[in-house]
Amino acid sequence: MRALQQGIEVQHSDSHTHDVAHGAAHGGDHGDAHQSGAAASMTGNPLWWGFGLLLIVLAWLAGRVLPVAGVSWLSVSIWLPIAGGVLMLAVGGDPARAGLVRQIALGSAVLGFLATVPLYVGFDVTAHGMQFTELSPWVERFHIQYHLGVDGISLVFLLLNSFITVLVVVAGWDVIRDRVSQYMAAFLIMSGLMNGVFAALDAILFYVFFEATLIPMYIVIGIWGGPNRVYAAFKFFLYTLLGSLLLLVAFVFLYNASGGSFSIEDFQNLPIPLETQKWLFFAFFAAFSVKVPMWPVHTWLPDAHVEAPTGGSAVLAAIMLKLGAYGFVRFSLPILPDASHAFAPFMITLSLVAVIYIGLVALVQTDMKKLVAYSSISHMGFVTLGFFIFSAAGIEGALVQMISHGFVSAAMFLCIGVLYDRMHTRNIADYGGVANRMPVFAAFMMLFAMANCGLPGTSGFVGEFMVILGAVQFNFWIGLLAASTLIWGAAYTLWMYKRVIFGAIANPAVAALADIDRREMVVLGLLALTVIGAGVFPAAMTDVMHVSIADLLQHLAQPKY
Amino acid sequence: MDLKTTCLIVPLAPLAGAIIAGLFGRRIGRAGAHSITIIGVLVALVGSLLVANQVLMHGQSLNEVLYTWSMLGDVPLQIGFQIDPLTVLMMIVVTFVSLMVHIYTIGYMHDDPGYQRFFAYISLFTFSMLMLVMSNNFLQLFFGWEAVGLVSYLLIGFWYTRPTAIFANMKAFLVNRVGDFGFLLGIGLVLAHFGTLDYAQVFAKAPELKGETIELFTGTPWLMISVTCICLFIGAMGKSAQVPLHVWLPDSMEGPTPISALIHAATMVTAGIFMVARMSPLFELSDAARSFILVIGGTTAFFMALVATIQYDIKRVVAYSTLSQLGYMTVALGASAYGAGIFHLMTHAFFKAVLFLGAGSVIVALHHEQDMRQMGGLRRYMPITWITVLIAAISSAGIPGFAGFFSKDLIIEAVHGADLAGAGYAYACVLACTIVTAFYTFRMVFMAFHGEPRMDAHTREHLHESPWVITLPLVLLAIPAVVAGYLVGPIVFGDFFGGAIHYSPDHPVIHELAEEFHGAGAMMLEGLHGAPFWLSALGIAIAAYLYLFNPALAGRLRHWFRWPVRILENKYGFDDFNQTVFAGGALKTGSGLWKIGDVGIIDGALVNGTARLVGWAAGWMRGIQTGLIYHYAFAMIAGAFVLLTVWIWMVRG
Repeated sequence: MRALQQGIEVQHSDSHTHDVAHGAAHGGDHGDAHQSGAAASMTGNPLWWGFGLLLIVLAWLAGRVLPVAGVSWLSVSIWLPIAGGVLMLAVGGDPARAGLVRQIALGSAVLGFLATVPLYVGFDVTAHGMQFTELSPWVERFHIQYHLGVDGISLVFLLLNSFITVLVVVAGWDVIRDRVSQYMAAFLIMSGLMNGVFAALDAILFYVFFEATLIPMYIVIGIWGGPNRVYAAFKFFLYTLLGSLLLLVAFVFLYNASGGSFSIEDFQNLPIPLETQKWLFFAFFAAFSVKVPMWPVHTWLPDAHVEAPTGGSAVLAAIMLKLGAYGFVRFSLPILPDASHAFAPFMITLSLVAVIYIGLVALVQTDMKKLVAYSSISHMGFVTLGFFIFSAAGIEGALVQMISHGFVSAAMFLCIGVLYDRMHTRNIADYGGVANRMPVFAAFMMLFAMANCGLPGTSGFVGEFMVILGAVQFNFWIGLLAASTLIWGAAYTLWMYKRVIFGAIANPAVAALADIDRREMVVLGLLALTVIGAGVFPAAMTDVMHVSIADLLQHLAQPKY
Repeated sequence: MDLKTTCLIVPLAPLAGAIIAGLFGRRIGRAGAHSITIIGVLVALVGSLLVANQVLMHGQSLNEVLYTWSMLGDVPLQIGFQIDPLTVLMMIVVTFVSLMVHIYTIGYMHDDPGYQRFFAYISLFTFSMLMLVMSNNFLQLFFGWEAVGLVSYLLIGFWYTRPTAIFANMKAFLVNRVGDFGFLLGIGLVLAHFGTLDYAQVFAKAPELKGETIELFTGTPWLMISVTCICLFIGAMGKSAQVPLHVWLPDSMEGPTPISALIHAATMVTAGIFMVARMSPLFELSDAARSFILVIGGTTAFFMALVATIQYDIKRVVAYSTLSQLGYMTVALGASAYGAGIFHLMTHAFFKAVLFLGAGSVIVALHHEQDMRQMGGLRRYMPITWITVLIAAISSAGIPGFAGFFSKDLIIEAVHGADLAGAGYAYACVLACTIVTAFYTFRMVFMAFHGEPRMDAHTREHLHESPWVITLPLVLLAIPAVVAGYLVGPIVFGDFFGGAIHYSPDHPVIHELAEEFHGAGAMMLEGLHGAPFWLSALGIAIAAYLYLFNPALAGRLRHWFRWPVRILENKYGFDDFNQTVFAGGALKTGSGLWKIGDVGIIDGALVNGTARLVGWAAGWMRGIQTGLIYHYAFAMIAGAFVLLTVWIWMVRG
């Protein structure tokens, strides 16, 4: 508690404690080699090129070679990364073994990713219900089961999560020098737990995974974070924990109501009176709205992002925020359809506030990470908006927006990380003219910035487009307010880009910048391919969703009391 | 090779060029970059001509889906081509002007360090623009629409170290986004009411939905088609720079001149015009939308032309001229003379490209001097540039015999014949505009190329005509700037467009004009008697008197009319207004919401307030935990006493 209070005192002081001089000193170390600017060839270990290609080839091979049936791929994708994490902790924090730890981390992250490929390849897009189900008893006294399965809604998130984990491991490769084994282990364990959240079909199993993900993220922010990390970590933890306690209460209530089952599928078929639905909706809302986060319970996110290390921010934005939105679509909508309809105006209002209010707030941020954090909240507003207009376009757009935001926000945070690693400041005013020294980086960041403001041809467009179309269909004015993101998104993103990347070289620290090396290039390159691929051919994502969304809509259309 | 394959090659060739020049620019070098992109665009031009041959000579057409982008519920969103005469005309204009600009760029950008990047961008632009015009659905249209906006953004900010350039490109993108915002709502309405985004299906359904109304405000039903069309047209206002969304175009002159010609004159800015013509089956059903278009177009045409008369920057004169000409095209659309609008789009593409590229030739010769007060007498040094610019200026002023005359005269006639609300205003605007157009165009020609040289001696000594890579495109573009006009018969009055443009039988403007039309020659002779011609001639005469024979008077006039001139110099205050109200307002609101809402109320009062409350309560509790046994004993006794009291009270009550 004392730590929290201290945090409160620090909060209002200027968070940009790293000054430019620090960055200059850092950049000066390798400044000379790159004074030739554009002509300099790319630095870094050439093996990273090989890794990038290998990953693509392996993913392709995994789709062809790995058996679809006969292996519990869901369990593998949950426990393999966790096992890797435990192994790293066993290897220990001896700096001499940091290399080995990194290899284990990369190995288990890649294997964890490959384990999700058969799920995608083997997924039957025409089938209803859950696939790849696994069922075994866990706590028989309370009928709690180890019950896993995916449908079109959850499947893609396992791939997204496992893919981002690989990138985060590579992005932290030699940036993290302190407690490497614990850092990598935290991310791998977190990855497995989050796969568990998306795959769980038992409410208690879901709850355990959902809460467990807090711990590694809490540690990541609290140990590898910035100067105000303790306040941010506490705020993050308390905010999200308080919300989810009500979730547990709701689960226990549903357990009694269903006559002793924690199965999510049973919950979905339960007739519940409207008044009860409303109470349960509130309980779910408390848990999930904080995670999304929805306005006005969003203020933990900018603090957490600002203090978190790059990898932490990437995973937080890319995956962890999705847990809340996923909760809405997995629990609130199908279990409480009538309450969802009843509360739709409320949810839509909060979503639109997120889009516009937060969009405007993002505009005036002076810290790059805070800006992107606010942009995340604004984008997540589209997700909740899409869910609560109850149309195929809305829900499909919301899901696509979740996935796309996973790629784009991760990319934006990794880009800021690239700059932060060199300059040790996130303050926009400390930059200017980066394109002069880092043209390749500038090109990548341009792409991601455009994806962030929803340019067609990038993944960022797909979800927003669908949600806006759905919203206009629902109500013209709601569509109009939602579509205003075209302006806000472009304004805050491009204004930041202009001040950071464009312009003449602003100061000696920028003049000493070196362009991205091969390792960073592989991370950003893989993301760029995904962002463009998903923008040009989104059917790869949406085809698996259709049946599940249609089922959900049908479910939503029938009163449950 | 079948039509579909050719159509596929046309956009993909420039894309391949762009990717190679963009990703491997350093490796293939300057010559490699310009060769590969020029080959790409050349292939696209040849492909377009082959397609034109198939479509125009053999009457083929194509409406085919390439792939399904995504399903949206039951609605397929697809990428596909619709090839008809309207598409073909746009494809040829785009690829031809693009090729000329590619060649011209070799000369214009020869000492620029971003050479390869520039070629990659303009080829990417060509790809995007082709995807836009070849689309068979609203999704792909929006794709191309925003993609050309992106390339425009990248190219305006091409010299990214210049503060003015990176301000201008952000402004351009944001203003266009305001337009796209309307456009997207329009597309949303189309999907909501037509249930598809496919052109053919939408147009087929349009007549049966023409009576459908929506209530945006309870109690006032509006025609759904009108709301949709106005939303779509707001998109066109952004891209085609119509008042009040025109503010980005003059600033876009911060970009290198070749792209001013290609993107901000000949092709991209005409996308809005093309879009409305493409949507003619929808716009024909809405008188309200076309009235709106007439008023906006007329305003843009006349008032932007006035601004051009006081500019000294040669590129800005041409930029305002472009705004004004776009206004003409818009007026044509409002008057249901889509064919005339598209025809003016084509002739304008040629003569305006020459004006821009000619201006660029002058700018290069004068070492990047753009102020016309530092020019003068250039015709002796740069005869080819002078002749081509003169031809384009005559064409622009609408003198019979040159391309601009045919298209512009038609528009004036068409709006004269229109009977919508606002048509009278638009007619007055475009008619008055002819004298202004002629004046500012020839003011520019006379100031730059005639009179006494005003540049410094050093520059004058080194003056010479630009190299062939610059003059060749000028000449090749100047030819159609004259002769394209003679296609007026077949293109506007013939059945060139076939079914591609839809004229409602209720709006017979084009048919009435067609009845009066007896060939290009007769039209020219008739034009000699018409008011527009004499107004143009008067404008040229005034320009000649003021800038050739009595230059001192021009200065005195500027002084006498200093108040109106100041209004024009301030561009009617649009920029200041936007800067203060919209940009400033958004920043102030954002800052207020953040400081008061997030930091003050949510975090300050609620979140940290709760934490403080808990902390305070905990402190209080801590105070109770004294650790002294008699305190606890006293608390226990007191507690027992209270409980007992309550129990007895309840038992008795």
